[in-house]
Amino acid sequence: MAKKTIGPVRREFVPWEDPEQTPFIEFRNVTKKFGDFVAVNNLSLKIYKREFFALLGGSGCGKTTLMRMLAGFETPTSGEIFLDGQDLSGIPPFRRPSNMMFQSYALFPHMSVEKNIAFGLEQDNLPKSEIDDRVAEMLRLTKLEQFAKRKPHQLSGGQRQRVALARSLAKRPKVLLLDEPLGALDRKLREETQFELMALQEDLKMTFLIVTHDQEEAMTVADRIAVMDRGELVQVATPSEIYEAPNSKFVADFIGDVNLIEAKVLEKADTGTRMQAVVGDFAIDTEQTTAASVGDTVWYAIRPEKVRIAQGQPEGSVTNQIGGIVWDIAYLGDVSIFHAKVGEDDHDILRATKANISRMVENPITWDENVVLTFDRDAGVILTG
Amino acid sequence: MTRGPSWFNVTSIVLGFSFLYLPIVLLVIYSFNESRLVTVWGGFSTKWYVELLQNDQLLDAAWVTLRVAFVSASVATVLGTMAALVLVRSGRFMGRSMFSGMIFAPLVMPEVILGLSLLLLFVAMDQARGFWTVIIAHTTFAMCYVAVVVQSRLVGFDKSVEEAAEDLGCPPIKTFFLITLPIILPGVIAGWMLAFTLSLDDLVIASFTTGPGATTLPMKIYSQVRLGVTPEINAVCTILVVLVSIGVIAASIATKRQQVQRERDERAAFGADG
Ligand SMILES: Nc1ncnc2c1ncn2[C@@H]1O[C@H](COP(=O)(O)OP(=O)(O)OP(=O)(O)O)[C@@H](O)[C@H]1O
Ligand SMILES: [Mg+2]
Repeated sequence: MAKKTIGPVRREFVPWEDPEQTPFIEFRNVTKKFGDFVAVNNLSLKIYKREFFALLGGSGCGKTTLMRMLAGFETPTSGEIFLDGQDLSGIPPFRRPSNMMFQSYALFPHMSVEKNIAFGLEQDNLPKSEIDDRVAEMLRLTKLEQFAKRKPHQLSGGQRQRVALARSLAKRPKVLLLDEPLGALDRKLREETQFELMALQEDLKMTFLIVTHDQEEAMTVADRIAVMDRGELVQVATPSEIYEAPNSKFVADFIGDVNLIEAKVLEKADTGTRMQAVVGDFAIDTEQTTAASVGDTVWYAIRPEKVRIAQGQPEGSVTNQIGGIVWDIAYLGDVSIFHAKVGEDDHDILRATKANISRMVENPITWDENVVLTFDRDAGVILTG
Repeated sequence: MTRGPSWFNVTSIVLGFSFLYLPIVLLVIYSFNESRLVTVWGGFSTKWYVELLQNDQLLDAAWVTLRVAFVSASVATVLGTMAALVLVRSGRFMGRSMFSGMIFAPLVMPEVILGLSLLLLFVAMDQARGFWTVIIAHTTFAMCYVAVVVQSRLVGFDKSVEEAAEDLGCPPIKTFFLITLPIILPGVIAGWMLAFTLSLDDLVIASFTTGPGATTLPMKIYSQVRLGVTPEINAVCTILVVLVSIGVIAASIATKRQQVQRERDERAAFGADG
């Protein structure tokens, strides 16, 4: 049997796994305090050349602050930031090779869309014809051609956001910092722009650092994702690792939907762990080993789509099986989410999703029905924190 | 239910405006008086305006006043804008609140005291008084007004626009001229206009700080009036009133228009919401 791996992996581009690689951007023990408030706490991070790197985290966790330190608008209270081997401390923003797209857009209100986009190129004293070409290209890319002569106040929110994106892209910087670049766009335009960005990044061999609140977006575009919480990095990994192997309750809960089952370790072995759920009367058998000792309380995190739901006893042998009663069903079109009650309390719910692979179902699972929930030995992860 | 303005309101407006403008209206009317006697109407005539054109003393004084007002308003605008920038921008520094209080003090300081103190300074410096001392004096007090006006425009200014310019490779000084100044320009222009009119009609400070050969129009008018009001003076004053009115109206229309425009621009640029 072939060894199982997590998710799809772009095998040809994994510089972070190579200890010989020198990082392109490096934060070394960076701390930023505003008065007594610690916005970024002793953070270390390596980002590699040509990487598309996403920062995810709740509001106010320090994402913008991290970017502003890289762009030069905030000075770290302690620690160093390196770009291409150069210590950035003392280098003013206008000499740094990065460009930033601001969360608030920060368009120049007295300049037309064209002039906004051309501004950075003019600072480099490029020839007029080249500037015109580059501006035209950016207008085309962001679908703003017919708005070229307008002032920012004559644009809609989404159009302004695209101007800000075009302006930051125009100089084709070595490093592009995007602070929520696509938030104001509708879904279709956002998806299109995501793929445009990925293509552009590939073509121009730029390094992208993107902040987003949309985890789907982060998963789509990024080579790696960093999940931040209160100024610290909780996990830095590829999208599939973040999703399938979260290192903490915070990450598991923050990214996607998850069942967090509190359990006590019953047995430990080299081949796996057995646990007993604290609420609901069932055991969990996994192939994962854990550092926790027998008797310790841990959390078992399992994604709803990894839990199978059936009306009767499934065929064949199953390792993990729980009986429950359907409490609620959310029909989302492509999938349905079943909330099954597995304990005494109404809150002891285990969620299972089922893809609606056929339009018609003979005997659909319905409310208050007795169901059997099953999952494999490798379906979830044991978390201790 | 709609109601017209009450009698009380109408009466107060009429009384208030007559109190303000009746004297000026009288002055304008009497400037077209045929008779030499100020209080007797002798028929309509423009002869005092013609006569005025031959009065070299008055014309000289007017020329001095215009030059003083122009130079001092310009210098005051530069200094006042700089002061406003420092006050709004440079976070906290030692004595910031004292400094900001001090810059506004001349607004409430009696002019006589301001004039006298400047006079003492010039005497102590052994500085011959004349054209340049009046300019310095006017610059000092007009600068505070400019600082107040420009400051009010800077308060709503989002620094991230400047940061965006620097991020795109524009050094700070250039950013000021390409980005900051155009955005705060309406405030700067309004400040200049205010400084210009303040200098134009100042009598007290000019009297203290001027010297031979640099008599301003208000001083000239004042000294002539003491010898008796002539219709010629009325004519000069009418011209001044007309000039100032045109200036004020033009400025207020321009700033109003720009204000509306800028506000829309800014909401668009600074606000992330549509
Ligand atoms: N200039 C400042 N002075 C004081 N506190 C600040 C300053 N800038 C940011 N902070 C604080 O630092 C924390 C991190 O702010 P930051 O803007 O980096 O958050 P964020 O992760 O970008 O959030 P969001 O997703 O809402 O944009 C916040 O709690 C914020 O209040
Ligand atoms: Mg932010």
